Amino acid sequence: MQKNTRLATRQENIIAKLKQADLRGRGGANFPTHSKWQMFADVDADKKYIVANGSEGEPNVLKDGYILKNHPEVLVEGLKIALETFKSSEAFIFLRRDYFKKYKKKLEKLIGDLPITVFREHGGYLSGEETVLCEEIEKNLPARPRTKPPYPGQVGINGLPTLINNIETFYYVAKISKNEYKKTRLYSITGKTFYKGVFELPVAWSIKKILTATKALPEFDYFVQVGGGASGDILLASETTQQVSGSGAIIIYDKEQTDPWVLMRTWIDFFMNENCDKCTPCREGSYRILEMVRDRQFDKKVLDDLFFVLENTSYCALGKSIPLPFKSAIKKLLAHTRN
Amino acid sequence: MPKKISIFINNKKYSAEIGQSVLDIAKQNNIDITTLCHHPDIKVQGSCRLCLVEIKGKKGLHTSCNTQVEDGMKILTDSKNISRAKQINLELIFSEHCEECGDCIYSQDCTIKEFAKKYDVKITKYEDRKKGYPVHKFGPALEFDTSKCIDCGLCVDVCKKEGVDFLEYKKKGKFYEVCPSSKKDKDCIYCGQCLTHCPVGAFEGVGEFEDVDKYIDVKGKTVVFQFAPSIRSSIGEEFGMPVGTVVTGKLIAAIKALGIEHVFDVCVGADMTTMEEATELIERLEDDKPLPMFTSCCPAWVKYLEFYRPDLIPNLTTVRSPQVIMGGIIKTYWAKQMNIKPKDIIVVGIMPCVAKKYEIERKQNYLNGMKAVDQILTTRELAHLLRKKKIDLASIKPDNAKSPLLKPSGAGVIYGSSGGVMESALRAAYKKMTGKRMPKLNLKEVRGIQGFKKAKIKIAGKTLKVGVVNGIANAKKLLKELEKDPKAYDYVEVMACFGGCIGGGGQPVPINDEIRQKRSAALYNLDTKKVARSADENPIIKKMYKDFFNDDKNRHSVCHTSFRKKKKEVFPKK
Ligand SMILES: Cc1cc2nc3c(=O)[nH]c(=O)nc-3n(C[C@H](O)[C@H](O)[C@H](O)COP(=O)(O)O)c2cc1C
Ligand code: SF4
Ligand code: SF4
Ligand code: SF4
Ligand code: SF4
Ligand code: FES
Repeated sequence: MQKNTRLATRQENIIAKLKQADLRGRGGANFPTHSKWQMFADVDADKKYIVANGSEGEPNVLKDGYILKNHPEVLVEGLKIALETFKSSEAFIFLRRDYFKKYKKKLEKLIGDLPITVFREHGGYLSGEETVLCEEIEKNLPARPRTKPPYPGQVGINGLPTLINNIETFYYVAKISKNEYKKTRLYSITGKTFYKGVFELPVAWSIKKILTATKALPEFDYFVQVGGGASGDILLASETTQQVSGSGAIIIYDKEQTDPWVLMRTWIDFFMNENCDKCTPCREGSYRILEMVRDRQFDKKVLDDLFFVLENTSYCALGKSIPLPFKSAIKKLLAHTRN
Repeated sequence: MPKKISIFINNKKYSAEIGQSVLDIAKQNNIDITTLCHHPDIKVQGSCRLCLVEIKGKKGLHTSCNTQVEDGMKILTDSKNISRAKQINLELIFSEHCEECGDCIYSQDCTIKEFAKKYDVKITKYEDRKKGYPVHKFGPALEFDTSKCIDCGLCVDVCKKEGVDFLEYKKKGKFYEVCPSSKKDKDCIYCGQCLTHCPVGAFEGVGEFEDVDKYIDVKGKTVVFQFAPSIRSSIGEEFGMPVGTVVTGKLIAAIKALGIEHVFDVCVGADMTTMEEATELIERLEDDKPLPMFTSCCPAWVKYLEFYRPDLIPNLTTVRSPQVIMGGIIKTYWAKQMNIKPKDIIVVGIMPCVAKKYEIERKQNYLNGMKAVDQILTTRELAHLLRKKKIDLASIKPDNAKSPLLKPSGAGVIYGSSGGVMESALRAAYKKMTGKRMPKLNLKEVRGIQGFKKAKIKIAGKTLKVGVVNGIANAKKLLKELEKDPKAYDYVEVMACFGGCIGGGGQPVPINDEIRQKRSAALYNLDTKKVARSADENPIIKKMYKDFFNDDKNRHSVCHTSFRKKKKEVFPKK
């Protein structure tokens, strides 16, 4: 009984701290971590799973790799806190294949006899989606998304409640627990700049401020893709007073020298390769977008239709997210080019 | 007790239970929702994205098949956005479906064409993406035309549910495609469940429908037809008759209207199978031969054992299946009576099954160097042939011909249902072992469409432990039980198709439990009306044993077969 009370207090403590720090999930959706943990604590089950999501499958997002390389002990520390917070739990570190190869040994050393398994991802980008991740751990391959609800927090791996957070989220859980959190996040800067890399800077900063501080602010006319290198939004230089969304990536492009059709081609190739082809709009819609991008010509009516069904009827968030970068590229980049 | 809640569909209140989907409630209340990838036999796919609804307070559109009800949920099944999205998704579905409507199993009743009309869909808006896609051939039984596949996923899951798991998603270029497995340890068993669960006719029987009139009129040959037990309660559906209507007399009349003079009932062959099988069962029980004895009249089950579990071949009864025996009777006993040379007879079997197309090719089922049955037409194929010749089964006057080879016992008729073979064999075995008719003829314990049935039957002081399964997945469960306790069963009936042959791969589509139930009930109903309820009571069976099967050579060549370990025979086409 006493033990339970102590557990309960520890739980309340860490969740209160996460709330106070206003930590948001760094996997892309910005979901308040304390709410996720509270809901997870409230689910009654004999056994629970915890997963650190290190799929990091979107182009130009490098931050989880950065943590694995430079601060793996902080990640393990974050997972340890979660294991202590949720009784009878067991954890996975879910890694894309190259990360698995590089960091498995190092991680296992740090893990020691904690109940944490380092897991090798099977698929690609889509495997980072939380229900696909559960399917992969259950070895249902090729993995495809599950219907939500139920969310993994209620029904996840092997039907048991599963807490899934991004690697960076766990990194900051450890920092918060030790009162070392300074409201920062990790930004991956890539593209046309000399100063590429991952930088830990305040959450509240604007894109421009981040680029300035990292010396990456271009002197040429530029635009950026922010969030991730496929699903991220396009922002013109004049729009960089905003904060960074999604997975914290900033990709710099030379506006004069970038052919928007070529850029869009990389996105649609990526989505077509990475989607699972389960549902009609994403499987067939992305293919018809590819055809138009290849021909460097959009039929506006058809494109509108495809975006409509992608956004409104895709089975999972991958398909739903496809129109966004195209919409903003068409509006902001195509209008000014010859084609 | 699940919690009762209320939801509102189109502003009307309906009661629901937590755990049900919006689609469940709509269906219960006859509210029309467009579905394509939903099949009551299979877990929810959610892939077609057509069953769209709007939900108050929730952004966007939602698919009703995988949205769980919530208390007070307010749902709309119709709106401008819903219609627009359905239209676009249908255009995309058509963009990957190379239409081949003329010989499609849905030529009578095509779901997607109906939707296209309703939602004003331009079928040809996009160029066919799958033009030139391969046709995979699954032995002599099925063909899978991947250029018609709309990727709903139902066949993959039904094959999994069947317990074979032969269909998989394979990445080819940019797309995952449904593909037969290339793994060495996996093979198709030809049950055809993929076919009856595909909503767009990507699977068909071999020869469906090009070869239907191949043997109608062959010079110098006597073409005869025989029809399987389960056809009589299913083919009516093809002509708009209520599910479960028995049409035996009409069926005979319709076949005769094709110009076929001689028609036979495979149920008589089933009575023969029963007699031989009962004898073998008693022998096995007395002589310490391998037990349990497995039925072998389902060729898909036989192929399963020969490929996946050859160690269990000795447990299969060597008695031939009813259609093969019947073909044999026709080409020997009847041929002699009629004074026709066996090789001048062509036997066409009307079967509920695509695996039967494979069964007749098995060398072990030959008779004096020739095939016992020359061609199989499925229920669907016969219906197609009749339509082609403008013969309307629904309005044709029944032919009540009473020739002995058209007169089975009631036991022969119930072969079409899961449990029917078992019940028939036990009735006959009881008679053989006790000299008396089984006091309780209706073996309720082994009836019904559920997948796994068990019973203990007392005969002559012995207690027989019997198991009846349909679906290979259930057979696998039973084999697991046998691993733990080899004496768990004495006699086991296995049918690959859900519910038995009434749910076979050659039967009319669509199929679901309600339809299976009705087709099956109709057969049991026929049984109770017969005077002869057991194979041994059938006069023609007694007569054949007296005049023809008294010769063991005859009995053996017509009624018995053998089995052999099999290698993989179905490979994906490049
Ligand atoms: C297509 C797709 C890919 C995703 N990839 C990742 C990923 O690589 N890493 C990740 O942490 N979350 C990814 N997510 C989000 C996860 O589903 C999940 O929301 C996240 O891991 C939760 O962690 P957080 O609350 O700490 O952000 C992806 C989501 C989608 C739809
Ligand atoms: S939206 Fe795309 S990735 Fe998601 S289920 Fe549909 S096809 Fe698969
Ligand atoms: S015929 Fe049966 S075993 Fe073969 S693929 Fe179809 S469902 Fe699977
Ligand atoms: S073959 Fe038919 S059942 Fe199978 S995925 Fe394609 S459309 Fe669906
Ligand atoms: S159960 Fe009947 S219809 Fe199905 S494969 Fe076996 S014999 Fe054919
Ligand atoms: S029926 Fe619901 S998505 Fe296909």
